[in-house]
Amino acid sequence: MQRIEGVSKLVGRERYVDDLDLGEHLWGATVRSPVPRGRVTDLRFSAEVDWSEFTIVVHTDVPGDNTVFLLEADQPVLVAEEIRHIHEPIVLLAHPSRDAVRRAAKQVDVGVDPADPYFDFRAAPTAGQLQRGDDNVLKRLEINKGDVGAALAAAAHVVEGVYETGAQEHVYLETQGMVAWVEDGVVCIKGSMQCPYYVAKAAERALGLDREHLRVMHAPTGGGFGGKEEFPSIIAIHTALLAMKSGQTVKMIYERTEDMAATTKRHPSRVRHRTGLDGDGCLLAQDIEVILDGGAYQTLSPVVLSRAIIHAAGPYTCDNVRIVGKAMLTNSVPYGAFRGFGAPQSQFANERHMDVVAGRLSLDPVEFRRRNLIKDGDCTATGQVIDDGTDRVGVMELALARADYFDRRAEHRNFNAQHAYLRRGLGLATFFHGAGFTGAGEVHLASRVMVAGLPDGRVEVLTSSTEMGQGSRTVLTQIAAQRLGYAPVDIVIVDPDTHRVPDSGPTVASRTSMVVGRILDDACAALRQRLGDAELRGDALRAAIAAWHRENPGGRLSAEASYRPPPGVQWDEENYRGEAYGAFAWAAYVAEVEVDLRTYTVRCIGFRAVQEIGRVLNETLARGQIQGGVVQGIGWALLEECMLHEGAMVNNQLTNYVIPTSADVPPIDVIFLENPYEEGALGAKGIGELPLDGPAPALANAVADALGVEPNVIPMTPERMMDLIEGTATHD
Amino acid sequence: MRVDLATSFEEALRIKAERSDVVPVAGGTDLLVHWPDAHALQERDWLDLSALTELSHIHFEPDTVVLGALATYWDVIQDQRFRALPLLPAAAATVGSLQIQTRGTWAGNIANASPAADGVPALMVYDAEVQLASTSGRRSVPLADFYHGYKQLEARPEELIESIRVPLRPHDFENFTKVGSRAAQAITKVGMAVAHSAAGWRIVANSMAPTVRRCRTLERLVESGGTVDSPDGLLSAIRADVNPIDDIRSTAAYRERVFSRLLYQTLLPACSSFS
Repeated sequence: MQRIEGVSKLVGRERYVDDLDLGEHLWGATVRSPVPRGRVTDLRFSAEVDWSEFTIVVHTDVPGDNTVFLLEADQPVLVAEEIRHIHEPIVLLAHPSRDAVRRAAKQVDVGVDPADPYFDFRAAPTAGQLQRGDDNVLKRLEINKGDVGAALAAAAHVVEGVYETGAQEHVYLETQGMVAWVEDGVVCIKGSMQCPYYVAKAAERALGLDREHLRVMHAPTGGGFGGKEEFPSIIAIHTALLAMKSGQTVKMIYERTEDMAATTKRHPSRVRHRTGLDGDGCLLAQDIEVILDGGAYQTLSPVVLSRAIIHAAGPYTCDNVRIVGKAMLTNSVPYGAFRGFGAPQSQFANERHMDVVAGRLSLDPVEFRRRNLIKDGDCTATGQVIDDGTDRVGVMELALARADYFDRRAEHRNFNAQHAYLRRGLGLATFFHGAGFTGAGEVHLASRVMVAGLPDGRVEVLTSSTEMGQGSRTVLTQIAAQRLGYAPVDIVIVDPDTHRVPDSGPTVASRTSMVVGRILDDACAALRQRLGDAELRGDALRAAIAAWHRENPGGRLSAEASYRPPPGVQWDEENYRGEAYGAFAWAAYVAEVEVDLRTYTVRCIGFRAVQEIGRVLNETLARGQIQGGVVQGIGWALLEECMLHEGAMVNNQLTNYVIPTSADVPPIDVIFLENPYEEGALGAKGIGELPLDGPAPALANAVADALGVEPNVIPMTPERMMDLIEGTATHD
Repeated sequence: MRVDLATSFEEALRIKAERSDVVPVAGGTDLLVHWPDAHALQERDWLDLSALTELSHIHFEPDTVVLGALATYWDVIQDQRFRALPLLPAAAATVGSLQIQTRGTWAGNIANASPAADGVPALMVYDAEVQLASTSGRRSVPLADFYHGYKQLEARPEELIESIRVPLRPHDFENFTKVGSRAAQAITKVGMAVAHSAAGWRIVANSMAPTVRRCRTLERLVESGGTVDSPDGLLSAIRADVNPIDDIRSTAAYRERVFSRLLYQTLLPACSSFS
């Protein structure tokens, strides 16, 4: 089935928030903190501006709690006094002219009494830099299995390694944008977002409104990748504050430079490994420490850390595992959700480390993985027994076969011996990704989906899942159509609107197809039950719906279903033991690289991605998800460097923050293996984030193969590669 | 902000003579990138040359090619006659995207004076001359002498570029290399153009100094036949010619080292003195 909104996007007919016809309205702008830490002493509004033309909002104008509600009430909507990062919002302005409001924002001087900021999350803060407890630790989590100390002491080999990853900018094509207005006493917010109910919950609290007086609507969203998971709450509240104070419709659209400098990024990480092995190269102990830079506020860091540590030991069998995770509070712009959500960081470290370990033991990395990949009946670091029937070694062998791995490696050896300055290599990563919320997360969410039979016999689907380019609209249509025996055109997906759709949870965590799709499946069954015949399909169902409406004119024929946890899933949140996820997707990626020793440039010249994802619901969309994720992973590994100064990105333009073009990536060979997951919609497991986990370690392992160096820090930019190859230290 | 739309080159020269602070603009490709936030630029006055079709000509004369001031990269890319000067279409094809290539002009690339300009090194390596015009007359300046420092041009405030003249000489060696931060649509971190003809060796570097620069010490080293047995053997001459810096796109150390390696590998097959 084709993407439903594909043609309208292709021809430019899709109306994003900036395209909406609002009539007369104001433009909003944000005055931000000039320093990373300190106290606001005064605000000086320049005499050169006629401020009577402007709507001005400061923290005292926030009618509810001055907090962006998420996990913890630590982040203010607008700074009252304490500044914790540069670019923190302090004053909001609105004016009919976009140009005037932009210029005016530069005419507000923020007086500051500065304090000592803390930036390097890898080093302990000094006394003057303490801002949380006695160590600036935002969150500490630990996983323990077996006895790591004893196992390390008894191991034939112990191999250590330290791995680091940098921040990554989402680069959604559409920057953050929101409009707000007040209509019949209801504050209405519409814009670019992944999670309408996150925005609603945060806005209700900050604006002091109940659900009836606040309505949040999703506008077609030009990419999210996690960047529109939590951040839109901030710009939504800001826009609503300006609309409430001015009484007019207000639009805020971030310029690319503002968006890149002031909004969330992927968490930078440092991971330490200490690994014990027996004489046969089998894992005896994995001792792992994961540290994330959380930035200046908590945002979703504890949850990102949770996913990072659960994936940190990789898809391997090991009886003794200790994983300690820490998210640090720093004075950097807060880090937040980004596709993969901590798992790419910890699996970069683990997959790179597995190759380092194999190298120390003089074992081929493939052979090392054959011996250690998790087998049915074995359990993960949290003690979750894996018993799904997937042949994980087989997944790897297929990827190797597609890459012609052993022959190509031999060819590369010859090529490298002869070429003056080019070196080629192959690298492998075997990894997993748990889809849906961790542990009892889905139970707490208690997501709901509604379907309704319309008088003409069509069926409406009401969920809060948002289309942001990933194809959820199409897949949900497909699931409903298949279950009801309908043509896709007879399924109507309702635009997410908190006054119309139930809360089916956020559009995150690779959960929409697998989890929300499954609830939709149940809702379809409930609709047929309501009509008294669970077997109703197609024309018979249409006829029954139409008949119901004839008998109940003006009535609403709706049915609802809620999340049902898979049987036997137990999660101990206290001790991080049990079934972390209902299911894991399994994958093996092989990357081929060519390194130019004249320019120290790493080019990816081949890529194979093999994954077992339960069931493929839509081949084209699934392939697109994998290819897009791989490209984003290649960018993170090779090109994308957030240059940070005082905790904020200073290469905040698309000319200087470099994402891959089609010329930078090879054709990506995508292979799906199917082993239906009974609890997922039509057998599907989540796939949205999986492809971010594999490319970086596969590429780093390929560079190691090509050059015999240990590239343990990404991005592997040419400047960093030069230092690694030449032993210089010119680049931090 | 004021924009004057010139309807003839003579009118453009008159405007420039009367108000020498107006900024000439042709393709506008460098201007538009940061326009919404570039409040200082929005205060300036502009002289729009884009309607002057009389300047978009390309003439092949017996021993010279004349590029009018509005000739674009795309004009050169799709003109087969430039096989005689292959580094021009090669450089043009590395500039931005196709959309940029169809709007951006060679003269604009010269006048904008970016040290990272891609068109300028290809022109300079062929000994191009810049034809300047004002209401008081016309003169020709070698492109290699056109820059005095970062964004400091030989052109006087009342002068406009009318055309670029490129000698047509047989070359037995030509190379254009661009190192960007990715394979396409990238700003040059290290670049060079190298050519050899009866006029001798020409070596031009971009993104290595405050201006695109002809590297005369390196040229003399190559001409002299002095032995070079490694990239490091070029370093002292490189240091005499250019002085790269650390900036948001790269580092001085990277630029110097990579330039030495690229130049060495480029000249190795062409120069018997390289081993």
